[in-house]
Amino acid sequence: MDLNYTAEEMEFREEVRAFLKAKLPPEIAAKVASATQLSKADYDLWHLALAEQGYLSGPWPKKFGGQEWSAVQKHIFEEECALAHAPRIVPFGVAMLAPVLQAFGSKEQQDYYLPRILSGEDWWCQGYSEPGAGSDLASLKTRAVREGDHYIVNGQKTWTTLGQYANKIFCLVRTSTEGKPQEGISFLLIDMDRPGIEVRPIILIDGEHEVNEVWFTDVKVPVENLVGKENEGWTYAKYLLTHERTGIAGVGGTNAGLQALKRLAHSEMQHGRPLIEDPLFAARLARFEIELMAMATFNLRTVAGADAGKAPGAESSMLKIKGSIMRQQINDLARRAVGPWAMPFVSEQLAGNLYHPGPEYAAKASNVYLNNRKISIYGGSNEVQRGIITKAILGL
Amino acid sequence: MDFNHTEERRMLADSLRRSLERGADWAALAELGVLGALFTEDEGGFGGQGFDIAVVFEELGRAGSDAPVLEAGLAGGLLADAGRADLVEQIIGGELKVALAHWETGMRYDLGPVSVSVHDGHLSGRKSFVTNAEGADLLVVSAVAHGKTALFLVDPKAPGVTLHTTPALMGGTISEITFDRAPAESLGDAGTLEARVAAATLAVCADALGAMETAKAMTLDYLRTRKQFGVPIGKFQALQHRMADVAIEIEMARSALINLAGHLGAPAPTRDRHVSAAKNLIGRVAKLVAEEAIQMHGGIAMTEEYALSDVARRLVAVDHRFGDEDWHLARFMKLSA
Repeated sequence: MDLNYTAEEMEFREEVRAFLKAKLPPEIAAKVASATQLSKADYDLWHLALAEQGYLSGPWPKKFGGQEWSAVQKHIFEEECALAHAPRIVPFGVAMLAPVLQAFGSKEQQDYYLPRILSGEDWWCQGYSEPGAGSDLASLKTRAVREGDHYIVNGQKTWTTLGQYANKIFCLVRTSTEGKPQEGISFLLIDMDRPGIEVRPIILIDGEHEVNEVWFTDVKVPVENLVGKENEGWTYAKYLLTHERTGIAGVGGTNAGLQALKRLAHSEMQHGRPLIEDPLFAARLARFEIELMAMATFNLRTVAGADAGKAPGAESSMLKIKGSIMRQQINDLARRAVGPWAMPFVSEQLAGNLYHPGPEYAAKASNVYLNNRKISIYGGSNEVQRGIITKAILGL
Repeated sequence: MDFNHTEERRMLADSLRRSLERGADWAALAELGVLGALFTEDEGGFGGQGFDIAVVFEELGRAGSDAPVLEAGLAGGLLADAGRADLVEQIIGGELKVALAHWETGMRYDLGPVSVSVHDGHLSGRKSFVTNAEGADLLVVSAVAHGKTALFLVDPKAPGVTLHTTPALMGGTISEITFDRAPAESLGDAGTLEARVAAATLAVCADALGAMETAKAMTLDYLRTRKQFGVPIGKFQALQHRMADVAIEIEMARSALINLAGHLGAPAPTRDRHVSAAKNLIGRVAKLVAEEAIQMHGGIAMTEEYALSDVARRLVAVDHRFGDEDWHLARFMKLSA
């Protein structure tokens, strides 16, 4: 047991810090800090900066141009990026599709798509969920019927995050109704500019346009856009989901949230004293910090175990549950900390309102709290994760 | 970073686990090196680091051992600090059992002030909550000397020493001890008491983790075998989800213990911040695990006859040793400010 970072790891942290200081535009960091929605141009700019530094593909295998970052390196990178208020890396191409292509894609697909993911030429979105297929993903109904050298796709995907910016979508589609539902699913890559695709915005409870519905009507997709084998998409989908769950503990973001909350609790006043001195508030904060200290170690020892060749599978479900609850708790504490300033509702989409009369740190406290109710639902709801733990870890 | 125990520690844990399953006695524990693992090489042992204490007490907790090992480390550690290598050697060899008589009614979980007084090498006053004094060969006793807390060595069989002993919630015993001009040998000041109590708190945390693992294993076993409505009760989602949450919280407790063990040797403010973080969290989880294990078992867990009762009492006692959840939360806040 050794809880100290190695000299190399500390050097890596310094390198990341120096990069963030030099390359992260302050106006973008300010937007992230105040939870203002980023434009596509903001995301693209940051994506390119990370790609140029080689950080975007840091976790990738070396044979695909990556650096095979260790779990500790990933943790350091996430922690520093969160503290610096860097934009999140949009994960769909870099962290979700890329591992699937690297494991199951053809040489042609790897050579074509991977560089375009890094260059930002392609912005991928995820076509998994459907109105009737949420936690029960395998019940999805979007059909792809083979006609010559094309599939004809009909159906509807939903919760498509940032689909309004995407030019490509990877989809789970039904290619067979024989056997178990899982056995008739294929993994298809689709251009968003194909005729028959329509993207409709969904405005969420926080008043933002983050997700979309994507409708497919007789969309022609070349058969070479199939990943792996027909009807074996479920295997690839599950593989992708374990990647989605890695880092899902979100310790870096939660830690940044705690630091931000401490700062604002020095400004907010209660009974004429800074809120941070209020014994009840301070006790809530301390309890949270104690849990986060344990959570950080829980996260590191789980991902470090996966590093050493142990299966990351079901343990990541534990991280997902605890990490998502803690992330939501810090948002809840922040919303309560701003007191009555949580009431003015900033939403251009819902209320045509971009003005908040209070301090900047309070403007989006309610919105962020509401938005992050999603994290115990997506990526397999926490109840689905408990089911995985039950079977895979507890053996019940 | 490395989250694996050293080969030596893994071997000690494995052999200790097997010996405890076979009902190892005090001599067997000494023979295994359990007592030596509590002391540094300078003190005559071969361990004494946070992770040595952690592996030993996790196994003792897992097995539900009543052996006075915590007292050997706590009182023995203070003897080592007082330069009594002669006594430490006997402790490590299993020839001498010791206990610390420090806390008094009214101190609750604080380290002071003590009221037992000393006059001409004789102690007078009363100590409470002394664990495993029954059967101890020597007591380390704190008293006020020249306005400061100092430590003394007392033979519990000496005239003027009276023990009133009851069984303890976690196993072992609790004694009230009165000293009426009892002969005592000075050990010097109590300057290292805080550090030794920090190590003992780590021991309680590790013991709790071991007991949690036992409660978890027993509950899982019961969920697989107990049938109601024609199926094993572990098939019910309500119980599956409760059990999944228990398993997650135990991993949190283990993580908190690792944080503490890794910082036991740090400067006092850092060390104590980790002591309080771990003890707060483990106190919470110990209670949760005890309550959930009882609830998921149902009626059988309410019986003394069923083996979970010992485990549950041990877990409930965690929050009453060396500071409860709130006491440590307050200290954590003070040390974080």
